[in-house]
Amino acid sequence: MSNVRVLVGTRKGAFILSSDGKREQWDVSGPHFAGWELYHLKGSPADPNRIYASQTSGWFGQIIQRSDDGGKTWFQPGTPAGLPTTTPEGMPMGESNKFVYDTSEKTGKPLTTHQWYDGTAHPWEFKRVWHLEPSPDDPDTVYAGVEDAALFKSTNGGQTWDELPGLRGHGTGALWQPGAGGMCLHSIILDGERIFVAISAAGAFRSDDSGATWKPINKGLHSQYIPDPSAEVGHCVHHIAKHPSSSNVLFMQKHWDVMRSDDAGDNWTEVSGNLPTDFGFVIDVHAHEPETIYVVPIKSDGEHYPLDGKLQVYRSRSGGNEWEPLTKGLPQSNCYVNVLRDAMAVDSLDSCGIYFGTTGGQVYASADSGDNWAPIVRDLPAVLSVEVQTFS
Amino acid sequence: MIRVAMPAHLRTLAGVNGDVTLEIEGEVTRRSVLDALEKQYPMLRGTIREHVSGERRPFLRFFACGEDITHNSPDDPLPEEIASGAEPFYVIGAIAGG
Repeated sequence: MSNVRVLVGTRKGAFILSSDGKREQWDVSGPHFAGWELYHLKGSPADPNRIYASQTSGWFGQIIQRSDDGGKTWFQPGTPAGLPTTTPEGMPMGESNKFVYDTSEKTGKPLTTHQWYDGTAHPWEFKRVWHLEPSPDDPDTVYAGVEDAALFKSTNGGQTWDELPGLRGHGTGALWQPGAGGMCLHSIILDGERIFVAISAAGAFRSDDSGATWKPINKGLHSQYIPDPSAEVGHCVHHIAKHPSSSNVLFMQKHWDVMRSDDAGDNWTEVSGNLPTDFGFVIDVHAHEPETIYVVPIKSDGEHYPLDGKLQVYRSRSGGNEWEPLTKGLPQSNCYVNVLRDAMAVDSLDSCGIYFGTTGGQVYASADSGDNWAPIVRDLPAVLSVEVQTFS
Repeated sequence: MIRVAMPAHLRTLAGVNGDVTLEIEGEVTRRSVLDALEKQYPMLRGTIREHVSGERRPFLRFFACGEDITHNSPDDPLPEEIASGAEPFYVIGAIAGG
């Protein structure tokens, strides 16, 4: 029997929503890590009971949490509660929340600053983990996208982390600038030896050698709000998405503009088409239809809520340009929530489920590719991220 | 025996209720207290002091015997009441945000 598990990160804790394949009745567990910001949770495709979570706080910094039983119990990898000593193997406990930029002569880069908001040089300062991307093959391998923007990797289940310094050090890093939300690496797509990442506000980047070397992939992006609208870097990419079967097709929700690439990011074209506004944060791809994509248009960069108070998901079945509004079951008046960049996900059941969370604390689900929607929960804290695990 | 009072979120992380107690050999200073705390509860490493710089996290302050000692030298001796365990050493989270 099939079922789904929706992992929800919020401003004040994590919640796990579970249902059978009908996706009509839901069990809700949480809050886990009550009172903390949970930027992201994601399950390992190789071991669905392995879930990684980014727990963070302006007071106490970054904590990595891990569950090995599908979210029932959690611990800091390498530092189980009640066992405050080093492991018999000598594993350094308390290291799972340690993210140190690699500037070593041997593996790192002598890069120590990026641009601040005013264009002055500013030292790299670790703040938090925005996104955790477990390996599709190995439950102990997981990548972390962090603020200030960098990519880290753990190969021991999140116990220790090492930067992949080739990204920050490939040449443009000193030009990166934070966006309004900070300078965060928020999107990670693993595709064999290829890795795609996106950074706000630097742009998208690709590695073809498992993260050793990187290059910007922003040709075709046009951002009027930066000094050179077609610059190699500096674009405020909000999210990127890719269907697993399409090795070269990428979709992007930029600050403004919805974009697609048919050559793994080497070139981008705008596919905003008939969207009522092409500002937004989320973008995702249908599990079984690689050319069916979803966005949630937001009024503008100054007004982070839906147009006219109507919450509408837009779907394109043609890979962009031609869009249709999906409104059944969504509030069509007085709705002024936002949908943040990591707060949309899809399941892979035969009838593809689409999910998104709002800053108003609602998590909406559609079990029929977006035709009909219903809230799973209405009153959570502001939702930061939504991920889905499918069991069939 | 030193007593340390921490914010609720740090007690949860450490898996403790109420004050924690520490044994410290040698001089009792803010640095030696925090070193002992992190040694006994390694899950707290990085939550009070930054991993790399060792600096206090900005929204935390330290109090001893009713006085804010946040900006004192970390190597200043703490009052006898703290060293004897009569009074707890306080790690306080700023009241900020919502």
